Amino acid sequence: MSKELIRLRDITMEFDGEKILDGINLYFNDKEFLTLLGPSGCGKTTTLRIIGGFLTPSSGDVLFDGKRMNDVPPYDRQVNTVFQRYALFPHLNVYENIAFGLRVAKLPKAEIQERVHEMLGIVGLKGYEHRRIESLSGGQQQRVAIARALVNRPKVLLLDEPLAALDLRLRKDMQNELKRIQQTLGITFIYVTHDQEEALSMSDTVVVMDKGRIQQIGKPEDIYNEPKNAFVADFIGESNILDGVMLEDYKVRFFGRTFKCLDAGFTPNEPVDVVIRPEDIDFVPPEEGHLVGTVTSVTFKGLNYDIIVDFRGFKWLIQTTDHQPEGATVGIRLNPEDIHVMHKSEYSGMFGDYSSYSAEYDELTEDADHEEE
Amino acid sequence: MKRVNRLFTIAIFVFLYIPMVVLIVASFSKGKDITEFEGFTFMRYAEVFQDRSLLSLLGNSLLISVLASGIATVFGTVACMGIHNLKPRMRKTVMSLTNIPMTNPDIVTGISLSLLFVFVGSKLLQQRNSLTFWTLLIAHVTFNLPYVILNVMPKLHQMDKSLTEAAMDLGCTPLQSFFKVTLHEIMPGVITGAIMAFTMSLDDFVISYFVTGLDFITLPVEIYNYTKKQMQPKIYAMFTMLFLLIIVLMVIMNLLQLRQEKAKRRDAK
Repeated sequence: MSKELIRLRDITMEFDGEKILDGINLYFNDKEFLTLLGPSGCGKTTTLRIIGGFLTPSSGDVLFDGKRMNDVPPYDRQVNTVFQRYALFPHLNVYENIAFGLRVAKLPKAEIQERVHEMLGIVGLKGYEHRRIESLSGGQQQRVAIARALVNRPKVLLLDEPLAALDLRLRKDMQNELKRIQQTLGITFIYVTHDQEEALSMSDTVVVMDKGRIQQIGKPEDIYNEPKNAFVADFIGESNILDGVMLEDYKVRFFGRTFKCLDAGFTPNEPVDVVIRPEDIDFVPPEEGHLVGTVTSVTFKGLNYDIIVDFRGFKWLIQTTDHQPEGATVGIRLNPEDIHVMHKSEYSGMFGDYSSYSAEYDELTEDADHEEE
Repeated sequence: MKRVNRLFTIAIFVFLYIPMVVLIVASFSKGKDITEFEGFTFMRYAEVFQDRSLLSLLGNSLLISVLASGIATVFGTVACMGIHNLKPRMRKTVMSLTNIPMTNPDIVTGISLSLLFVFVGSKLLQQRNSLTFWTLLIAHVTFNLPYVILNVMPKLHQMDKSLTEAAMDLGCTPLQSFFKVTLHEIMPGVITGAIMAFTMSLDDFVISYFVTGLDFITLPVEIYNYTKKQMQPKIYAMFTMLFLLIIVLMVIMNLLQLRQEKAKRRDAK
């Protein structure tokens, strides 16, 4: 078990009477890559800014190594931040940007030079020392921002959606790069993002947030395979979420059938949410199926087809490479490991129904977004 | 249509600059007046540099302008930092309040300042001579302040707020982050503000007339006295030089703005 560095205890944050954070309890371990994941407005950036010292929580404690840090200003904290739009100093060149923190700390010139060059090597920007910030591409600016923070050898690096401004290809490269840097230097990374794929592929621990509360904390696999409520199930990947009743341990009933499952520890006959991931479902001939439905729409997605199947008026999303024509009658079988059972929550009934799903619908909303811009 | 537009533009420039041209021509005239141009000479310029009292008046004007615009630039920039950190509603109120003195008629500002100085000087400080160099300086700083604030404020607004946060994140105290980061970002605004304040100070007559004492007189105030007598041609020469000084300052100011806009366009790409 690694050492605990930072702990947030019962943090609440209010702006003008609006609760942004509502009772956040969280700790961060040494050398851990932890991601705060959630939709915009969930409080993830606010949490990060509280750790960085840019905000003081309305109540609760921020502890660094067990010491209360609530009122310690950013310049006296042993953390550094990579800002969303990099916040590089435009009047300084690459070298001076990276050296900034060391110069403020008044380190000897030789040491500054050595450490800046070491950092330039780590982020792959050797030879860029004298370039102006404006002359760099987005990805290069990103690397300077990371180097500028890491050169101070913080115990914890805070990253606020650092890849949001980059295009998809570059984003993938930088994800690997960041993970590599984190492992080489052995520093704790606290990473904020709304991109679930990014969170799952980079993190040791994922913290899913919504409405100023932590919804679930866990390893990426656990978050995906064992979501705690309908919000997490829907936000992390695609999910079909159904009403069910937990008859007893390992037995859940929905759609008028009883299924075997791997979940236990519910009270007998407890109403539950049942999650079935679209990629876990396989088609079988109708006569062999546990459930029989009609295909209402098929969308080709490259890797797979998104097929919407109507089961007694409730539409499921099924992702498969097995093409079915529209209007076909299909059967499906559900194995115990395909079924995940969750307690009911405030999010029950809000997610996981694909009745309104259609490819055109997606396009329409995208167009609306463009018009707003 | 295009031609009409161009003609209009030319006409406007002619109207704007003909007086200056007349002045410049007069400054090179051998004759006593503009009406009698008797040949070209640099004599008037030589006369300016031989006239001790005229030079000392010019010195006074430059001294007060440099001091007043310098002090106003420092105070104004500091004030901007404060105003910028206010809540939006309060900020708007304060900005309107700082803008009012600019639109207030100079004569009103001049007389009210004069009343204030005389009241404070004679009643509170028991001074016999309450209007001095210092009252003039205070008055100039006062009317310069809004011009500085007007130029610095937009730069502060444009600045990425996370820059100061980044500076603090890297170990700067708020004061250090101001000098190491913020000041660099708002510098173009500070410079244009300072230049504007300087030119305002240099040519101010109305306010200066009411708040200055007999021991320290600026050029515009004294020249007003000259107009009652026969105007000496060397004055034209000096005006021409002042006009050139202002032109140079304005060109610098415009070049600065142009460079900024270019940089902004480059960033936008």
